[in-house]
Amino acid sequence: MSNYKAIVIGGSAGSFPLITKILASLPKNYPFPVFLALHRLKHVRTGFVEALSIKSGIPVIEPNDKQQIKPGIAYLAPSNYHMYIEPGNTFSLSTEEMVKFSRPAIDLTFETASNVYRDKLVGVIVSGANTDGANGIAFVKKRGGLTIAQDPQEATISTMPDGAIKATQIDHILKIDDIVKKLIEVAN
Amino acid sequence: MEIEIDIQDIRKLVNTVKAKYAFDFGEYALSSFKRRLVRILDLYKFKDMNELINKVNFDKVFYENFLKEITVNTTEMFRDPSMWKKFRETVVPELAKLSSIRIWHSACSSGEEVYSMAILMKEAGLLEKTKFLASDINEDVIATARSGKYPLRNMPLHSDNYDKSGGTKKLTDYYKTNGDYAYMDLSLIHTTVFKKFDLVLGKQEQKFDVILCRNVLIYFNLPLQDKIIEMFSGTVDTGAFLVVGSKESIAWCKSATKYSTFSFEEKIYRKL
Ligand SMILES: C[S@@+](CC[C@H](N)C(=O)[O-])C[C@H]1O[C@@H](n2cnc3c(N)ncnc32)[C@H](O)[C@@H]1O
Repeated sequence: MSNYKAIVIGGSAGSFPLITKILASLPKNYPFPVFLALHRLKHVRTGFVEALSIKSGIPVIEPNDKQQIKPGIAYLAPSNYHMYIEPGNTFSLSTEEMVKFSRPAIDLTFETASNVYRDKLVGVIVSGANTDGANGIAFVKKRGGLTIAQDPQEATISTMPDGAIKATQIDHILKIDDIVKKLIEVAN
Repeated sequence: MEIEIDIQDIRKLVNTVKAKYAFDFGEYALSSFKRRLVRILDLYKFKDMNELINKVNFDKVFYENFLKEITVNTTEMFRDPSMWKKFRETVVPELAKLSSIRIWHSACSSGEEVYSMAILMKEAGLLEKTKFLASDINEDVIATARSGKYPLRNMPLHSDNYDKSGGTKKLTDYYKTNGDYAYMDLSLIHTTVFKKFDLVLGKQEQKFDVILCRNVLIYFNLPLQDKIIEMFSGTVDTGAFLVVGSKESIAWCKSATKYSTFSFEEKIYRKL
Protein backbone atom coordinates (compact mmCIF):
# COMPACT_ATOMS: atom_id res chain seq x y z
CA MET A 1 0.00 0.00 0.00
CA SER A 2 1.23 3.44 -0.88
CA ASN A 3 1.67 6.06 1.81
CA TYR A 4 0.01 8.66 -0.38
CA LYS A 5 -3.43 9.55 -1.67
CA ALA A 6 -3.11 12.53 -3.98
CA ILE A 7 -0.68 14.54 -6.11
CA VAL A 8 -0.74 18.31 -6.55
CA ILE A 9 1.38 20.05 -9.17
CA GLY A 10 1.99 23.78 -9.63
CA GLY A 11 3.68 25.67 -12.43
CA SER A 12 3.38 28.64 -14.75
CA ALA A 13 5.59 29.97 -17.51
CA GLY A 14 7.53 27.20 -19.19
CA SER A 15 5.60 24.45 -17.44
CA PHE A 16 3.36 23.31 -20.28
CA PRO A 17 5.83 20.81 -21.86
CA LEU A 18 6.72 19.51 -18.39
CA ILE A 19 3.13 18.90 -17.39
CA THR A 20 2.51 17.25 -20.76
CA LYS A 21 5.45 14.97 -20.14
CA ILE A 22 4.35 14.07 -16.62
CA LEU A 23 0.81 13.30 -17.76
CA ALA A 24 2.06 11.25 -20.70
CA SER A 25 4.05 9.04 -18.34
CA LEU A 26 1.26 8.22 -15.91
CA PRO A 27 -0.37 4.81 -16.38
CA LYS A 28 -4.07 4.63 -17.12
CA ASN A 29 -4.84 3.13 -13.72
CA TYR A 30 -2.81 5.67 -11.74
CA PRO A 31 -4.18 5.29 -8.22
CA PHE A 32 -4.33 8.98 -7.22
CA PRO A 33 -6.11 12.11 -8.34
CA VAL A 34 -3.66 14.65 -9.78
CA PHE A 35 -4.50 18.32 -9.13
CA LEU A 36 -3.01 20.77 -11.59
CA ALA A 37 -2.76 24.41 -10.52
CA LEU A 38 -1.26 26.15 -13.52
CA HIS A 39 -1.23 29.82 -14.31
CA ARG A 40 -3.07 30.39 -17.52
CA LEU A 41 -4.33 33.13 -19.71
CA LYS A 42 -7.31 34.86 -18.22
CA HIS A 43 -10.51 34.46 -20.20
CA VAL A 44 -9.19 31.77 -22.44
CA ARG A 45 -11.66 29.28 -21.15
CA THR A 46 -11.23 26.49 -23.63
CA GLY A 47 -8.40 24.71 -25.41
CA PHE A 48 -6.04 24.09 -22.52
CA VAL A 49 -7.68 20.87 -21.35
CA GLU A 50 -7.73 19.60 -24.92
CA ALA A 51 -4.05 20.44 -25.39
CA LEU A 52 -3.08 18.67 -22.17
CA SER A 53 -5.29 15.69 -22.98
CA ILE A 54 -3.71 14.79 -26.30
CA LYS A 55 -0.78 12.86 -24.87
CA SER A 56 -2.00 12.28 -21.33
CA GLY A 57 -2.16 8.74 -19.95
CA ILE A 58 -5.11 9.70 -17.74
CA PRO A 59 -8.20 11.82 -18.45
CA VAL A 60 -7.78 15.55 -17.89
CA ILE A 61 -10.80 17.58 -16.86
CA GLU A 62 -11.68 20.97 -15.48
CA PRO A 63 -13.92 20.20 -12.53
CA ASN A 64 -17.18 21.91 -11.85
CA ASP A 65 -17.81 23.19 -8.36
CA LYS A 66 -18.59 20.35 -5.88
CA GLN A 67 -17.57 17.68 -8.38
CA GLN A 68 -16.45 14.38 -6.81
CA ILE A 69 -12.72 13.68 -6.74
CA LYS A 70 -11.71 10.34 -8.25
CA PRO A 71 -8.38 8.55 -8.60
CA GLY A 72 -6.75 8.27 -12.02
CA ILE A 73 -7.96 11.67 -13.20
CA ALA A 74 -6.03 14.91 -13.64
CA TYR A 75 -8.02 17.95 -12.55
CA LEU A 76 -7.03 21.28 -14.04
CA ALA A 77 -7.94 24.43 -12.10
CA PRO A 78 -10.40 26.34 -14.35
CA SER A 79 -9.45 29.71 -15.74
CA ASN A 80 -10.41 32.65 -13.52
CA TYR A 81 -11.27 30.45 -10.50
CA HIS A 82 -9.25 29.24 -7.55
CA MET A 83 -9.57 25.49 -7.12
CA TYR A 84 -9.96 24.29 -3.52
CA ILE A 85 -9.96 20.74 -2.23
CA GLU A 86 -12.86 20.33 0.15
CA PRO A 87 -13.16 17.75 2.95
CA GLY A 88 -15.40 14.91 1.78
CA ASN A 89 -13.70 14.39 -1.57
CA THR A 90 -15.08 17.26 -3.57
CA PHE A 91 -13.79 20.45 -5.10
CA SER A 92 -15.01 23.89 -4.45
CA LEU A 93 -14.20 26.83 -6.65
CA SER A 94 -13.80 30.46 -5.70
CA THR A 95 -13.44 33.85 -7.35
CA GLU A 96 -11.58 35.29 -4.36
CA GLU A 97 -8.96 37.95 -4.92
CA MET A 98 -5.93 36.95 -6.93
CA VAL A 99 -2.90 35.69 -5.05
CA LYS A 100 0.40 36.90 -6.47
CA PHE A 101 -1.51 38.18 -9.50
CA SER A 102 -2.90 34.75 -10.15
CA ARG A 103 -6.31 33.12 -10.24
CA PRO A 104 -6.08 30.13 -10.13
CA ALA A 105 -3.42 30.46 -7.43
CA ILE A 106 -1.08 27.56 -6.84
CA ASP A 107 -0.76 28.46 -3.14
CA LEU A 108 -4.47 27.99 -2.51
CA THR A 109 -4.85 24.64 -4.23
CA PHE A 110 -1.79 23.37 -2.35
CA GLU A 111 -2.94 24.76 0.98
CA THR A 112 -6.46 23.34 0.78
CA ALA A 113 -5.18 20.00 -0.53
CA SER A 114 -2.73 19.76 2.36
CA ASN A 115 -5.51 20.55 4.83
CA VAL A 116 -7.44 17.57 3.53
CA TYR A 117 -4.73 15.01 2.65
CA ARG A 118 -2.16 16.09 5.27
CA ASP A 119 0.80 13.65 5.16
CA LYS A 120 -0.80 11.70 2.32
CA LEU A 121 -0.12 14.43 -0.23
CA VAL A 122 2.71 14.78 -2.73
CA GLY A 123 3.36 18.39 -3.82
CA VAL A 124 5.39 19.25 -6.91
CA ILE A 125 6.53 22.71 -8.05
CA VAL A 126 7.95 23.11 -11.55
CA SER A 127 9.07 25.99 -13.78
CA GLY A 128 7.37 29.34 -13.30
CA ALA A 129 7.85 33.08 -13.33
CA ASN A 130 6.75 34.09 -9.84
CA THR A 131 6.77 32.69 -6.32
CA ASP A 132 3.15 31.55 -6.19
CA GLY A 133 3.32 28.00 -4.80
CA ALA A 134 6.04 28.71 -2.25
CA ASN A 135 3.59 29.17 0.63
CA GLY A 136 1.56 26.25 -0.63
CA ILE A 137 4.44 23.80 -0.69
CA ALA A 138 5.47 24.98 2.78
CA PHE A 139 2.01 23.89 3.94
CA VAL A 140 2.45 20.48 2.36
CA LYS A 141 5.74 20.12 4.19
CA LYS A 142 4.33 21.30 7.49
CA ARG A 143 1.54 18.71 7.31
CA GLY A 144 4.06 15.97 6.68
CA GLY A 145 3.47 15.51 2.95
CA LEU A 146 6.17 14.80 0.39
CA THR A 147 7.62 17.87 -1.33
CA ILE A 148 9.32 17.95 -4.71
CA ALA A 149 10.72 20.86 -6.71
CA GLN A 150 12.07 20.85 -10.22
CA ASP A 151 15.82 21.38 -10.29
CA PRO A 152 16.08 25.16 -10.89
CA GLN A 153 19.01 24.52 -13.23
CA GLU A 154 16.71 22.62 -15.54
CA ALA A 155 13.65 24.88 -15.24
CA THR A 156 13.02 27.26 -18.14
CA ILE A 157 12.18 29.90 -15.57
CA SER A 158 13.50 29.08 -12.13
CA THR A 159 11.74 31.69 -9.97
CA MET A 160 9.04 29.26 -8.88
CA PRO A 161 11.21 26.25 -7.91
CA ASP A 162 13.67 28.68 -6.31
CA GLY A 163 10.82 30.17 -4.29
CA ALA A 164 9.72 26.71 -3.16
CA ILE A 165 13.24 25.74 -2.16
CA LYS A 166 13.59 28.93 -0.16
CA ALA A 167 10.22 28.53 1.54
CA THR A 168 10.78 25.12 3.06
CA GLN A 169 13.09 22.13 3.33
CA ILE A 170 12.12 20.45 0.03
CA ASP A 171 12.47 16.66 0.17
CA HIS A 172 13.56 16.11 -3.42
CA ILE A 173 15.01 18.52 -5.96
CA LEU A 174 14.80 16.63 -9.22
CA LYS A 175 15.03 16.87 -12.98
CA ILE A 176 11.76 16.33 -14.76
CA ASP A 177 12.52 12.73 -15.76
CA ASP A 178 13.18 11.90 -12.13
CA ILE A 179 10.03 13.70 -11.01
CA VAL A 180 8.12 11.39 -13.34
CA LYS A 181 9.87 8.34 -11.87
CA LYS A 182 9.12 9.53 -8.35
CA LEU A 183 5.44 10.03 -9.09
CA ILE A 184 5.23 6.48 -10.37
CA GLU A 185 7.29 5.12 -7.50
CA VAL A 186 5.08 6.71 -4.81
CA ALA A 187 2.09 4.98 -6.36
CA ASN A 188 3.54 1.50 -5.78
CA MET B 1 2.99 31.54 8.77
CA GLU B 2 -0.69 31.99 9.41
CA ILE B 3 -2.76 31.11 12.48
CA GLU B 4 -4.17 27.58 12.47
CA ILE B 5 -7.96 27.44 12.52
CA ASP B 6 -9.59 24.25 13.62
CA ILE B 7 -13.06 23.02 12.96
CA GLN B 8 -14.19 23.55 16.58
CA ASP B 9 -13.32 27.25 16.33
CA ILE B 10 -15.27 27.52 13.12
CA ARG B 11 -18.32 25.87 14.69
CA LYS B 12 -18.13 28.19 17.66
CA LEU B 13 -18.01 31.22 15.41
CA VAL B 14 -20.86 29.98 13.23
CA ASN B 15 -23.01 29.32 16.32
CA THR B 16 -22.25 32.74 17.76
CA VAL B 17 -23.26 34.49 14.54
CA LYS B 18 -26.38 32.38 14.22
CA ALA B 19 -27.53 33.01 17.79
CA LYS B 20 -26.80 36.70 17.77
CA TYR B 21 -27.52 37.84 14.21
CA ALA B 22 -29.70 35.12 12.65
CA PHE B 23 -27.26 34.54 9.83
CA ASP B 24 -26.18 31.01 9.10
CA PHE B 25 -22.71 30.28 7.77
CA GLY B 26 -23.06 26.64 8.84
CA GLU B 27 -23.37 25.36 5.29
CA TYR B 28 -20.82 27.55 3.58
CA ALA B 29 -18.11 25.52 1.82
CA LEU B 30 -15.45 24.91 4.41
CA SER B 31 -12.25 25.55 2.51
CA SER B 32 -13.18 28.98 1.19
CA PHE B 33 -14.84 29.98 4.48
CA LYS B 34 -11.65 29.09 6.30
CA ARG B 35 -9.59 31.08 3.79
CA ARG B 36 -11.75 34.12 4.41
CA LEU B 37 -11.32 33.72 8.16
CA VAL B 38 -7.56 33.58 7.79
CA ARG B 39 -7.79 36.77 5.78
CA ILE B 40 -9.86 38.52 8.46
CA LEU B 41 -7.58 37.42 11.29
CA ASP B 42 -4.73 38.89 9.31
CA LEU B 43 -6.54 42.07 8.27
CA TYR B 44 -7.59 43.00 11.81
CA LYS B 45 -4.51 41.54 13.48
CA PHE B 46 -6.41 39.15 15.75
CA LYS B 47 -4.25 36.87 17.88
CA ASP B 48 -6.55 33.89 17.52
CA MET B 49 -10.07 32.79 16.67
CA ASN B 50 -11.33 33.41 20.21
CA GLU B 51 -10.52 37.07 19.91
CA LEU B 52 -12.44 37.24 16.65
CA ILE B 53 -15.40 35.34 18.10
CA ASN B 54 -15.61 37.71 21.07
CA LYS B 55 -15.42 40.76 18.85
CA VAL B 56 -18.16 39.45 16.58
CA ASN B 57 -20.30 38.63 19.59
CA PHE B 58 -20.06 42.00 21.31
CA ASP B 59 -19.59 44.50 18.50
CA LYS B 60 -22.42 44.77 16.00
CA VAL B 61 -20.64 47.30 13.83
CA PHE B 62 -17.69 44.99 13.60
CA TYR B 63 -20.00 42.13 12.71
CA GLU B 64 -21.32 44.10 9.73
CA ASN B 65 -17.76 44.54 8.47
CA PHE B 66 -17.01 40.92 9.16
CA LEU B 67 -19.97 39.87 7.02
CA LYS B 68 -18.67 41.99 4.17
CA GLU B 69 -15.17 40.61 4.42
CA ILE B 70 -16.30 37.02 4.61
CA THR B 71 -18.21 37.19 1.33
CA VAL B 72 -16.40 37.31 -1.98
CA ASN B 73 -17.66 40.11 -4.21
CA THR B 74 -15.48 39.92 -7.31
CA THR B 75 -17.56 40.37 -10.44
CA GLU B 76 -17.40 41.60 -14.04
CA MET B 77 -19.77 42.94 -16.65
CA PHE B 78 -20.69 40.22 -19.13
CA ARG B 79 -18.63 37.74 -17.15
CA ASP B 80 -18.26 34.64 -19.34
CA PRO B 81 -19.20 36.40 -22.58
CA SER B 82 -20.24 33.14 -24.25
CA MET B 83 -23.07 32.76 -21.71
CA TRP B 84 -24.36 36.24 -22.54
CA LYS B 85 -24.12 35.49 -26.23
CA LYS B 86 -26.11 32.32 -25.77
CA PHE B 87 -28.65 34.19 -23.65
CA ARG B 88 -28.99 36.89 -26.30
CA GLU B 89 -29.44 34.39 -29.10
CA THR B 90 -31.57 31.71 -27.49
CA VAL B 91 -33.24 32.92 -24.29
CA VAL B 92 -34.20 36.41 -25.44
CA PRO B 93 -36.44 35.15 -28.29
CA GLU B 94 -38.34 33.10 -25.70
CA LEU B 95 -38.66 36.07 -23.34
CA ALA B 96 -39.83 38.29 -26.17
CA LYS B 97 -43.02 36.21 -26.34
CA LEU B 98 -43.99 37.28 -22.81
CA SER B 99 -46.07 40.37 -22.13
CA SER B 100 -43.86 41.33 -19.21
CA ILE B 101 -40.55 39.94 -17.97
CA ARG B 102 -39.26 39.59 -14.42
CA ILE B 103 -35.56 38.95 -13.81
CA TRP B 104 -33.95 38.25 -10.44
CA HIS B 105 -30.23 38.75 -9.90
CA SER B 106 -30.06 36.77 -6.69
CA ALA B 107 -26.44 37.59 -5.80
CA CYS B 108 -25.86 40.82 -7.69
CA SER B 109 -22.73 41.97 -5.86
CA SER B 110 -21.77 45.48 -7.04
CA GLY B 111 -24.23 45.31 -9.92
CA GLU B 112 -22.10 44.71 -13.01
CA GLU B 113 -24.28 41.72 -13.85
CA VAL B 114 -27.42 43.86 -13.57
CA TYR B 115 -26.17 46.56 -15.94
CA SER B 116 -25.06 43.83 -18.34
CA MET B 117 -28.53 42.34 -18.42
CA ALA B 118 -30.19 45.75 -18.72
CA ILE B 119 -27.95 46.60 -21.69
CA LEU B 120 -28.73 43.28 -23.31
CA MET B 121 -32.46 43.71 -22.81
CA LYS B 122 -32.30 47.27 -24.09
CA GLU B 123 -30.54 46.15 -27.25
CA ALA B 124 -33.21 43.48 -27.66
CA GLY B 125 -35.88 46.18 -27.33
CA LEU B 126 -37.27 44.54 -24.20
CA LEU B 127 -36.05 46.80 -21.41
CA GLU B 128 -39.30 48.69 -21.06
CA LYS B 129 -41.28 45.56 -20.32
CA THR B 130 -38.69 44.06 -17.98
CA LYS B 131 -38.62 44.42 -14.21
CA PHE B 132 -35.45 43.53 -12.32
CA LEU B 133 -34.91 42.55 -8.74
CA ALA B 134 -31.26 42.78 -7.75
CA SER B 135 -30.37 41.41 -4.34
CA ASP B 136 -27.36 40.51 -2.26
CA ILE B 137 -26.54 39.94 1.38
CA ASN B 138 -23.99 42.73 1.45
CA GLU B 139 -25.44 46.25 1.64
CA ASP B 140 -22.24 47.98 0.60
CA VAL B 141 -22.12 46.27 -2.77
CA ILE B 142 -25.82 47.03 -3.26
CA ALA B 143 -25.07 50.71 -2.69
CA THR B 144 -22.38 50.56 -5.37
CA ALA B 145 -24.79 48.79 -7.70
CA ARG B 146 -27.34 51.57 -7.19
CA SER B 147 -24.79 54.28 -7.84
CA GLY B 148 -23.55 52.73 -11.08
CA LYS B 149 -20.11 54.17 -10.38
CA TYR B 150 -17.21 51.91 -11.26
CA PRO B 151 -13.43 52.32 -11.36
CA LEU B 152 -12.37 53.27 -14.87
CA ARG B 153 -9.52 50.79 -14.76
CA ASN B 154 -12.04 47.93 -14.82
CA MET B 155 -13.80 49.16 -17.94
CA PRO B 156 -11.44 47.72 -20.59
CA LEU B 157 -12.18 44.20 -19.33
CA HIS B 158 -15.91 44.92 -19.24
CA SER B 159 -15.75 46.35 -22.78
CA ASP B 160 -13.88 43.37 -24.05
CA ASN B 161 -16.45 41.03 -22.50
CA TYR B 162 -19.29 43.13 -23.95
CA ASP B 163 -17.83 42.90 -27.46
CA LYS B 164 -17.38 39.13 -27.17
CA SER B 165 -20.93 38.77 -25.87
CA GLY B 166 -22.30 40.00 -29.19
CA GLY B 167 -23.13 43.55 -28.07
CA THR B 168 -24.47 45.61 -30.95
CA LYS B 169 -22.99 48.94 -29.87
CA LYS B 170 -20.02 49.96 -27.77
CA LEU B 171 -19.97 49.69 -23.99
CA THR B 172 -18.79 53.32 -23.87
CA ASP B 173 -22.24 54.27 -25.20
CA TYR B 174 -23.61 53.31 -21.78
CA TYR B 175 -21.44 55.33 -19.43
CA LYS B 176 -19.83 58.70 -18.93
CA THR B 177 -16.34 59.17 -17.63
CA ASN B 178 -15.33 61.58 -14.89
CA GLY B 179 -11.90 61.40 -13.28
CA ASP B 180 -11.08 57.81 -12.40
CA TYR B 181 -14.65 56.60 -12.61
CA ALA B 182 -17.19 55.42 -15.10
CA TYR B 183 -20.79 56.50 -14.39
CA MET B 184 -23.30 54.11 -15.88
CA ASP B 185 -26.38 55.47 -17.61
CA LEU B 186 -28.87 55.15 -14.75
CA SER B 187 -31.84 54.95 -17.10
CA LEU B 188 -30.71 51.35 -17.58
CA ILE B 189 -31.85 50.54 -14.05
CA HIS B 190 -35.03 52.59 -13.91
CA THR B 191 -37.05 49.37 -13.61
CA THR B 192 -34.69 47.74 -11.11
CA VAL B 193 -35.44 47.29 -7.43
CA PHE B 194 -32.39 46.74 -5.23
CA LYS B 195 -32.86 44.94 -1.97
CA LYS B 196 -30.92 43.10 0.71
CA PHE B 197 -31.81 39.42 0.56
CA ASP B 198 -30.28 36.38 2.22
CA LEU B 199 -30.36 33.30 0.03
CA VAL B 200 -29.87 31.00 3.01
CA LEU B 201 -32.77 32.04 5.23
CA GLY B 202 -34.73 34.47 3.07
CA LYS B 203 -38.26 33.81 1.80
CA GLN B 204 -39.07 34.95 -1.71
CA GLU B 205 -42.72 35.72 -2.43
CA GLN B 206 -42.43 37.02 -5.98
CA LYS B 207 -42.27 35.03 -9.20
CA PHE B 208 -39.69 35.34 -11.94
CA ASP B 209 -39.12 34.42 -15.56
CA VAL B 210 -35.33 34.42 -15.20
CA ILE B 211 -33.19 33.84 -12.13
CA LEU B 212 -29.46 34.46 -12.23
CA CYS B 213 -27.56 32.83 -9.43
CA ARG B 214 -23.99 33.00 -10.58
CA ASN B 215 -20.82 32.43 -8.61
CA VAL B 216 -22.41 32.33 -5.21
CA LEU B 217 -23.35 28.64 -5.00
CA ILE B 218 -19.61 27.89 -5.12
CA TYR B 219 -19.37 29.30 -1.59
CA PHE B 220 -22.01 26.88 -0.30
CA ASN B 221 -21.84 23.17 0.42
CA LEU B 222 -24.02 20.71 -1.45
CA PRO B 223 -26.93 20.47 1.02
CA LEU B 224 -27.25 24.26 0.95
CA GLN B 225 -26.99 24.41 -2.85
CA ASP B 226 -29.77 21.87 -2.86
CA LYS B 227 -32.02 23.98 -0.65
CA ILE B 228 -31.48 27.06 -2.74
CA ILE B 229 -32.22 25.36 -6.05
CA GLU B 230 -35.36 23.97 -4.40
CA MET B 231 -36.28 27.43 -3.10
CA PHE B 232 -35.91 28.82 -6.64
CA SER B 233 -38.23 26.21 -8.06
CA GLY B 234 -40.98 27.67 -5.88
CA THR B 235 -40.45 31.18 -7.25
CA VAL B 236 -40.85 30.38 -10.94
CA ASP B 237 -43.40 28.88 -13.29
CA THR B 238 -42.84 26.24 -15.93
CA GLY B 239 -40.58 27.52 -18.67
CA ALA B 240 -38.64 29.98 -16.50
CA PHE B 241 -34.86 30.12 -16.89
CA LEU B 242 -32.22 29.56 -14.23
CA VAL B 243 -28.65 30.61 -14.98
CA VAL B 244 -25.78 29.55 -12.71
CA GLY B 245 -22.03 30.24 -12.98
CA SER B 246 -19.98 28.71 -15.77
CA LYS B 247 -18.29 26.23 -13.40
CA GLU B 248 -21.36 25.56 -11.29
CA SER B 249 -23.77 22.73 -11.87
CA ILE B 250 -27.14 21.81 -10.45
CA ALA B 251 -26.64 18.22 -11.65
CA TRP B 252 -25.95 16.93 -8.16
CA CYS B 253 -28.89 18.70 -6.52
CA LYS B 254 -31.99 16.70 -5.66
CA SER B 255 -34.29 19.19 -7.32
CA ALA B 256 -32.30 19.00 -10.56
CA THR B 257 -35.15 16.78 -11.77
CA LYS B 258 -37.40 19.83 -11.77
CA TYR B 259 -35.31 21.48 -14.46
CA SER B 260 -34.25 20.61 -17.98
CA THR B 261 -30.88 21.61 -19.38
CA PHE B 262 -31.34 24.44 -21.86
CA SER B 263 -27.62 24.97 -22.50
CA PHE B 264 -25.19 22.52 -20.97
CA GLU B 265 -22.15 24.60 -21.92
CA GLU B 266 -23.48 27.86 -20.50
CA LYS B 267 -25.29 26.42 -17.48
CA ILE B 268 -28.73 27.63 -18.43
CA TYR B 269 -31.59 25.52 -17.08
CA ARG B 270 -35.29 25.64 -17.60
CA LYS B 271 -38.05 24.85 -15.11
CA LEU B 272 -40.12 21.86 -16.12
C1 LIG C 1 -18.63 36.41 -6.44
S1 LIG C 1 -20.07 37.41 -6.23
C2 LIG C 1 -20.99 36.99 -7.69
C3 LIG C 1 -21.48 38.22 -8.42
C4 LIG C 1 -22.14 37.96 -9.77
N1 LIG C 1 -23.34 37.15 -9.64
C5 LIG C 1 -21.16 37.31 -10.75
O1 LIG C 1 -21.30 36.14 -11.09
O2 LIG C 1 -20.22 38.00 -11.16
C6 LIG C 1 -20.90 36.54 -4.90
C7 LIG C 1 -21.94 37.39 -4.16
O3 LIG C 1 -22.75 36.53 -3.36
C8 LIG C 1 -23.14 37.26 -2.21
N2 LIG C 1 -23.62 36.34 -1.15
C9 LIG C 1 -22.88 35.52 -0.36
N3 LIG C 1 -23.69 34.88 0.52
C10 LIG C 1 -24.96 35.27 0.23
C11 LIG C 1 -26.22 34.95 0.79
N4 LIG C 1 -26.34 34.11 1.81
N5 LIG C 1 -27.32 35.54 0.26
C12 LIG C 1 -27.22 36.42 -0.77
N6 LIG C 1 -26.03 36.76 -1.34
C13 LIG C 1 -24.93 36.20 -0.83
C14 LIG C 1 -21.90 38.02 -1.85
O4 LIG C 1 -22.18 39.13 -1.02
C15 LIG C 1 -21.35 38.40 -3.23
O5 LIG C 1 -21.73 39.70 -3.60
